[in-house]
Amino acid sequence: MTKKLKKRLYRIIAGAVCYAACMALEKLVPVSNNVLLIAFLVTYFIIGGDVLKGAAQNIIKGQIFDEKFLMVIATIGAFLSSQYPEAVAVMLFYQIGEWFQSYAVNKSRRSIKDLMDIRPDYANVYNDAGELVNVDPDEVSIGTTIVVKPGEKIPLDGEVIKGETSLDTMALTGESLPREIHTGDEVISGCINLSGVIEVKTSKEFGESTVAKILNLVENATAKKAEAENFISKFAKYYTPIVVFLAVALAIIPSVITGAWGKWVYRALCFLVISCPCALVISIPLSFFGGIGAASKAGILVKGSNYLEALANAETIVMDKTGTLTKGQFAVTKIMAVNESEQRVLAYGAFAERLSTHPISKSIMAAYQQKNGDMTIMSSNEAVEEKAGFGVIACKDGGKIAVGNEKLMAHVLGADAWAACKEKYLAGEKALSEGTICHVAYNDTYWGFLLIEDQLKEDAADCVTGLKKAGMRLVMLTGDQKGVADKVAGQLGITEYYAELLPGDKVDHVEKLLAEKSEKGRLIFVGDGINDAPVLARADIGIAMGGLGSDAAIEAADIVIMTDEPAKITTAMHISKETLKIVKQNIIFAIGVKVLVLILAALGVASMWWAVFADVGVAFIAILNAMRALKLK
Amino acid sequence: MKKTVILEDLDCAHCAGKIEEAVNELKDVEKCSVNFLTQKMIIDADEAAMDGILKEAKKIVKKIEPDVTFTVK
Repeated sequence: MTKKLKKRLYRIIAGAVCYAACMALEKLVPVSNNVLLIAFLVTYFIIGGDVLKGAAQNIIKGQIFDEKFLMVIATIGAFLSSQYPEAVAVMLFYQIGEWFQSYAVNKSRRSIKDLMDIRPDYANVYNDAGELVNVDPDEVSIGTTIVVKPGEKIPLDGEVIKGETSLDTMALTGESLPREIHTGDEVISGCINLSGVIEVKTSKEFGESTVAKILNLVENATAKKAEAENFISKFAKYYTPIVVFLAVALAIIPSVITGAWGKWVYRALCFLVISCPCALVISIPLSFFGGIGAASKAGILVKGSNYLEALANAETIVMDKTGTLTKGQFAVTKIMAVNESEQRVLAYGAFAERLSTHPISKSIMAAYQQKNGDMTIMSSNEAVEEKAGFGVIACKDGGKIAVGNEKLMAHVLGADAWAACKEKYLAGEKALSEGTICHVAYNDTYWGFLLIEDQLKEDAADCVTGLKKAGMRLVMLTGDQKGVADKVAGQLGITEYYAELLPGDKVDHVEKLLAEKSEKGRLIFVGDGINDAPVLARADIGIAMGGLGSDAAIEAADIVIMTDEPAKITTAMHISKETLKIVKQNIIFAIGVKVLVLILAALGVASMWWAVFADVGVAFIAILNAMRALKLK
Repeated sequence: MKKTVILEDLDCAHCAGKIEEAVNELKDVEKCSVNFLTQKMIIDADEAAMDGILKEAKKIVKKIEPDVTFTVK
């Protein structure tokens, strides 16, 4: 609790005690009306002094539709119609309500602060004397060596030049498993160092570092307002003047007709109490902020309330294949051997590719290492000849190993022999179109092939199932060959997909899908942020995957998923839908109660007590409801 | 250029909206957004006009919410 809140609380308690004393005085001791009036007036000033002062200041500045001013008019009106206890009680309850409201706002401000508690306070650098000193991360220039001890946050992005450790990336990615870090790895600011001391050579200034970018993004996310927020701002603009106008009409028209001024003025005063739209004005942005906060806790950065809102209306989702549904990492998934054992096909393939750094070659080496463990034969210095566009030919034990595509086979075996070979061994082989094929031949004999494929992400299937369950139209687009797309789509149960697309074709497909969706529905495009900036921009909502450390993705997308998990898309949609539910509840609840109490007050059923509830009570409940958004998962 | 102003003790969301609207109407202001929850106002405007804008913005804030402390970051 802040000092200011405490002070207000004490004043409320003092006021409540005085109020009780006044009530006792009225009921138990026979005193004159004037004494009573003075006692209640003193209590009134104790409780509402600041409101009176604020109202006076506002009148001087010409702010007549101010909440404080309206409250003062209402209570003074009650005094004038000799309703002393009611006048004081209304002020007391208004103050209690305001206090709770401030308390709730404070609390949510604190939870938001906790959420953004990833800002590093200092960096350890060596000074000229070689001693380790603390400096502001803002002052560290690129290329400086910083030391990060266990328990500290990594203050700047950079590369580890010494030491090993594990990092807690929870605050950035929502991922609870620590990440192992070795010398030479890139590290990202905002992660917490768990175990070892590491030295990091910084690669960015603080302002450009991941942590600063994320903080900036989340803090400014609410600047892009959702439609619901714009509706509320507009509503608030008209609501207060209309209610005040109605109050004036209610005070004058029936009174002139019936002559019962006191009765109608009292009802009009109730209107004034209800005329503040605060419940809505606070709770709606708070809900969105909460939803955005909850998403960022799960490693999903949403760049604006409008995107969070749009996500709930998503109808079509277009997904890129590589890097989104698949890992973009190659692995040997099948070994076909003829004339030789699978073991040797792999071993000879790996041997021939041992010097290459191409991802395909590396995957063959990795497969060999996994099966064998012993890599000693790989340090051989026998000759390897690289044939660009074909493959490699390597010497081994006096013979020649050829590893590569069909063209290479035709070259080493002879075109006729290769055609016969294909006829004999490869007819009807489905694997040939499912990925990259590396044929292996030794001297003049065809040995078989290795199938190298990109791998599905572990949660890709969950993601597809979740999206289908939500009734989304799911389309997969890929630049990859049709056979590969067929297989991935088959494994995941995706029925609509297009393969062999150029980047421009993807935009065309998205345009077509945009035209086909309903007017209110939204289209999401999910990509890995590489090469798909135009499509990310064209879609209603662009989601980039694996944004941790990729500036391009953070720039281009509307929503960034920090981890590599596509299932986070369904998490984001869930958070969005729940946030919107809270927003709707608050709008309906707040407007509903206010209108109901207005009607009841006009009919003379509702007293000023009800009116105070419809003002501050509703605001308090709406804020509490909005705070639920922060806890969404 | 963008300037961030901290509005300490900004307690009324409705007033935050009013401040935002009024500052946005100032001459030379590209965009102003007031974040009620983080108690920050971000003004985007031409550098040459910024000092004048900040002075005007301070007046607006004091008029709408006298209790708020206005600190340029």
